[in-house]
Amino acid sequence: MSVSVSQPLQAWRSLSWPWRVTLGYLLLLLIMPIAAMLLKASTVSWADFWRIASDPVAVSTYEVTFVTALVTALINGVMGTLTAWVLVRYEFPYKKVLESLIDLPFALPTAVAGLTLATVYSSNGWLGAVVAPLGVRISFTRLGVAVAMLFISLPFVVRTVEPVLQAMENELEEAAWSLGANPRQTFFQVVLPPLFPAILTGVALGFSRAVGEFGSIVIIAGSIPFRDLITAVLVIQRLEQYDYAGATVIGTVMLIISLVSLLVINLLQSWGRRYEG
Amino acid sequence: MKAKGMQGLLIGIVTLYLALLLGIPALNVFYQAFKDGVGPFLYNLGEPDFLSALGLTLVTALITVPLNTVFGLCAALAIAHRRFPGRTVLLSIIDLPFSISPVVAGLMFVLLFGRHGWFGPILETMKVRVIFAFPGIVLATAFITMPFVVREVLPVLEEAGTDQQEAARTLGASPWQIFWRVTLPTIRWGLLYGVILTNARAMGEFGAVAVVSGNIVGKTQTLPLFVEDAYKSYATPSAYAAAVLLSLLAVVTVVIKEFLERQVGYHSRGRV
Repeated sequence: MSVSVSQPLQAWRSLSWPWRVTLGYLLLLLIMPIAAMLLKASTVSWADFWRIASDPVAVSTYEVTFVTALVTALINGVMGTLTAWVLVRYEFPYKKVLESLIDLPFALPTAVAGLTLATVYSSNGWLGAVVAPLGVRISFTRLGVAVAMLFISLPFVVRTVEPVLQAMENELEEAAWSLGANPRQTFFQVVLPPLFPAILTGVALGFSRAVGEFGSIVIIAGSIPFRDLITAVLVIQRLEQYDYAGATVIGTVMLIISLVSLLVINLLQSWGRRYEG
Repeated sequence: MKAKGMQGLLIGIVTLYLALLLGIPALNVFYQAFKDGVGPFLYNLGEPDFLSALGLTLVTALITVPLNTVFGLCAALAIAHRRFPGRTVLLSIIDLPFSISPVVAGLMFVLLFGRHGWFGPILETMKVRVIFAFPGIVLATAFITMPFVVREVLPVLEEAGTDQQEAARTLGASPWQIFWRVTLPTIRWGLLYGVILTNARAMGEFGAVAVVSGNIVGKTQTLPLFVEDAYKSYATPSAYAAAVLLSLLAVVTVVIKEFLERQVGYHSRGRV
């Protein structure tokens, strides 16, 4: 008995101080909370887990959250690549301003983003008023969710593609040109392939960020079930009703999806590195 | 000529996209806060609820930033230059807080320290409140901002190699001396970068804090929660006054980042 107790203790003593701090901190602040949630989820029977997770309201939030996040991440895949291209390849007067704007979504608290997006895109806001006569409402609808997700996931693709573009040599395109390729061929056969892993990584990072986003969306959305209620808000609603099992089950679904996207991101990044090598 | 036209078109599209999504919303924060002049803005900043939210946010950052800086340094020092089984797994575990939704992170702490959580009964007998109180806010914020410093410092350490540390060691330097005189100067810009990112996120965190804090006005309401609460209760001017302060935080963060990139030539080596 004493052996089994002293063995981990000895292993702990053999560790250097940085290791002890690292492992201790991770155990307390990361492993324990995750374990608490998974254990709580495991107390729910399979039948109940499935019932809660596949409840129509929950399913509608998955659809709103994941489909909107995917569509906006793809839009930013295109726009982010274009932005990186323009910032790396062209010179123009106010370029530095645009360059600094890119990081805004990383630095600006999401509550502020939600507040100002909700105002600007409301029917009487600066931009919302432009589309309001067409019968399009953005704030307090699913389009508002999309705008917030576009905002939050914008920097990822730009920042993953930029370094690859910078490392890519102009000579490659020039060679393609001089060999008689037209601009279209040059772009799709010479420029795009090496950028592709970086673009996909950026899209996956943006998607995973958008799926977890809460602060800006809870402000800009109306949070009406089946219309613009997202999964993260549903978790909070369940908690507010003291429905811990419900919150835990839906939270676990979100956690599992985060872990899967993390895995995908890691695979994409190692694919990208192989491309570089 | 055609290429020139294409270039102009692409620059135009990108400018428009960034203006619609980032530029105009950013300008709007300042416009809304100051549209009735500086007087109302300053009045809003003097409100007691605002001041208490500001204080809570500052104190939270003051605790979590040093905590995560120490953790980040320790983790980076422990992991750098070592290849061991499970290294990739460990790095992915450290990265987890970035992939977990803040709301789910908050929920985890409720399940640990809430009334029905693991430690709920013990905490109740000790009359310590974690959830709906200050400790919960600190824990949730520390969780969310955990990876920033490691991510920035680890690549810099890896790149710098071990030669200088080895040299210092053979010359008889103690581990502390090596840390202060060799390691720290090598990683200082990466460390600063990690610290400002940690700070920006710590002061701006919303979702995780919203779950654990209970959002009690004047007590457990941080500045981002104050913004949302003021907006939802139709006190839009005070929401924007607080939003201006948080935006200034973002501006300072971006300016320091630009300084590091342009003046020092430091480029973030951490993953995005």
